[in-house]
Formats: sequence, C-alpha cells, structure tokens
Amino acid sequence: MTDLLLQPYVALVLLGFLPSEVWRWLGIVLGRGLDEESEIILWVRAVATALVAGVVARIVLFPPGALASVPLAVRLFAITCGFLAFYFIRRSPFAGVLVGEAVLVVGALVFGG
Amino acid sequence: MSAPAIEPPPQSATAAFLFGARTAGTSVFMFVITVTYIGFGALAHDYGLSVVWAMVSTALVWAGPAQVILAGALGSGTALIEGALAVCLSSVRLLPMVVALLPLVKGERTRAWQLVVPVHFMAVSVWVEAMRLAPGIAREHRIAFCNGIGVMLMSTAVMATAAGYFLSAALPALFGAAAMFITPMSFLVSTARNSRLFLEKTALALGLLIGPVLAFGKVELDLLWTGLIGGSLAYAIGRMRRAAS
Repeated sequence: MTDLLLQPYVALVLLGFLPSEVWRWLGIVLGRGLDEESEIILWVRAVATALVAGVVARIVLFPPGALASVPLAVRLFAITCGFLAFYFIRRSPFAGVLVGEAVLVVGALVFGG
Repeated sequence: MSAPAIEPPPQSATAAFLFGARTAGTSVFMFVITVTYIGFGALAHDYGLSVVWAMVSTALVWAGPAQVILAGALGSGTALIEGALAVCLSSVRLLPMVVALLPLVKGERTRAWQLVVPVHFMAVSVWVEAMRLAPGIAREHRIAFCNGIGVMLMSTAVMATAAGYFLSAALPALFGAAAMFITPMSFLVSTARNSRLFLEKTALALGLLIGPVLAFGKVELDLLWTGLIGGSLAYAIGRMRRAAS
C-alpha cells in the first residue's frame, strides 16, 4: 500500500522535478562566472528571449489538452488582440492578458470550443 | 533605461524580501499564476491524481507547461520516459534565464550552494520581474528580493492548485482552455514589456517566426533550436548594428 502511495511521488521527482530542475542547476554552473556586462550575457539574454517566444508560439499552435478544442484561428486572433491591447494601452501587461483572455473566451463561445 | 525608482530602495535583506513579495503581489503574474494553477489543479483532479500530489508538484516542478505534460503522462500511465523527456525539453528556457539573471544578482562571495534555492524559484514570471527591478536594488539584497518574488508567487500557486482541484467540477467548460491560454499570453506581453534593447526585441520577433517554422517542420528539439538560432541571429544583427553606428 505504501509502495502504491509513494509511487506517484517517486514519479514526480524522477519524471517531473529532476528533468526541469537540471536546467536551473546547469544555469548556476554556467552563469556563475559570467560578468553582467559581457558580450556572452547579451547573447544569452537574446537566446532566453527567443526561447520564451518559441514557447508562446508552440502553445498557441500546438496547444495541450483543453486549449486544443478552441479553433486555431480564434487562438491566433486572441493572442494578436492581447498583444495589440498591451501595446496601445500604456504597455500594460494587465490590459494584454485581460483582452487576450476575453477574446479567446468569446471566440470559443461563438465559433465552438 | 534603468529600472523605475518608485520609492527609496530597501535597506536590509528583510526589506528587500518584503519588497519582492509586494512587487509580485501587485504584478500581473499574481492573476496569471492564480488562473494557471486553478487550471492545473482541476486538470490533476480530472487525471485522478491526489490534491497533495498536485500541490507538491507545483512547489517542486514550478513550471506550468512541464506540469501539464507530467500530469498527462501519469494520468494516462503510458509513455513515462517520453513524458520525462518532454518535461525536460519544455523547461529548456530555464537555463538561459538563470544564466542571464545570475550575474545581475549574485555577490562577489556568493557560493554555488547558496544559489540552489533562489534558482529553484526561477520561472518566466519571477525572471521578468527580477530582471526589470533588481538593478534598482543594492547588489547584496538582490537575492533576497528575488526570493521574495518567488515565495509570493509560488505560495499563491500552491493554494490555487488546491482551489482548482476542489473546484474542478464547478468550473465552466472553457476555464481549462482559458487557463492554458494565459501562459503564452502573459509570456508574450511581459517579455515584450521587458524587451528594451533592440537585441531583445529582435530576439522576441525571431523566436515568434522561427518557432512555428521548426514546430510545423517537426524538427526535433524545436524549442532549443528556436532559442539558439533566434537568439544568435538577434545577437549578430544587434552587433552589426552597433558596429555600424
């Protein structure tokens, strides 16, 4: 019984915690000796930014689970509206997130979701 | 452009920690994290995982997309190794984020083990707020400031996970989709807000262009390549632009 109860936690550590934490630890190893003003830090910042953008594109285009039931056109339109709201409403992330979510929900209700 | 100085910078580690907690508490991420983790809690419920497991996973993994993949892999009980690999690949972003933040926050005598706990809090939300505001804080208090952001957002996330778990039956059908959509939506606008340098704006635009091309082309390790190609191209363009001016 204990084995059964513990199993999900073993899985959590082995399949969830370690595979993502390893990047944070590797970050300590690679980032500790670097200088704030160095050229390599500029490059790393660019890589980090492009990677986050890649995550954005991937979730919108190939969404997991429930989001996949919302049509692709609605997802694309919602993220575009959210970005435009952010850009034109005092560069407020609140505005972007709220407008994007509202457009997604209304779009899903109207066009099926 | 330096970080906005709204008030006198905190004078002690405790004050910096509390300032971090307050910064996080009033940021858009408080809302984003709450919605995301209510969604995750409900998802864990639907996959038949326990509420404690879901809460521990939020505190231990602390990466939304990775947790969704993990819950899916465990819930279906198949492809566990593939699941771990997918978790690992989905979290690659954490590496350059930690590398970019560390030189900004570590002191001269900070040892590696002292960074293990602070970097555990690393997530797009914490990174965005720390990169934006840490420069305005005395170097010796920056780690405390980051910990304050992390503790505030993570404890909120753990509570939201529990709330979502018990609310799962009462949530509207579209909530799950909205909770998953808030991740890319908030990543996009908060990263855009932090992209002050030409270099960062270019990297953001290139990532949005290259990511879909590689994903549609079914390229292996597409996220990793998006970061490396997009980031390197942006760096090269930025460097040429600097040389020309």
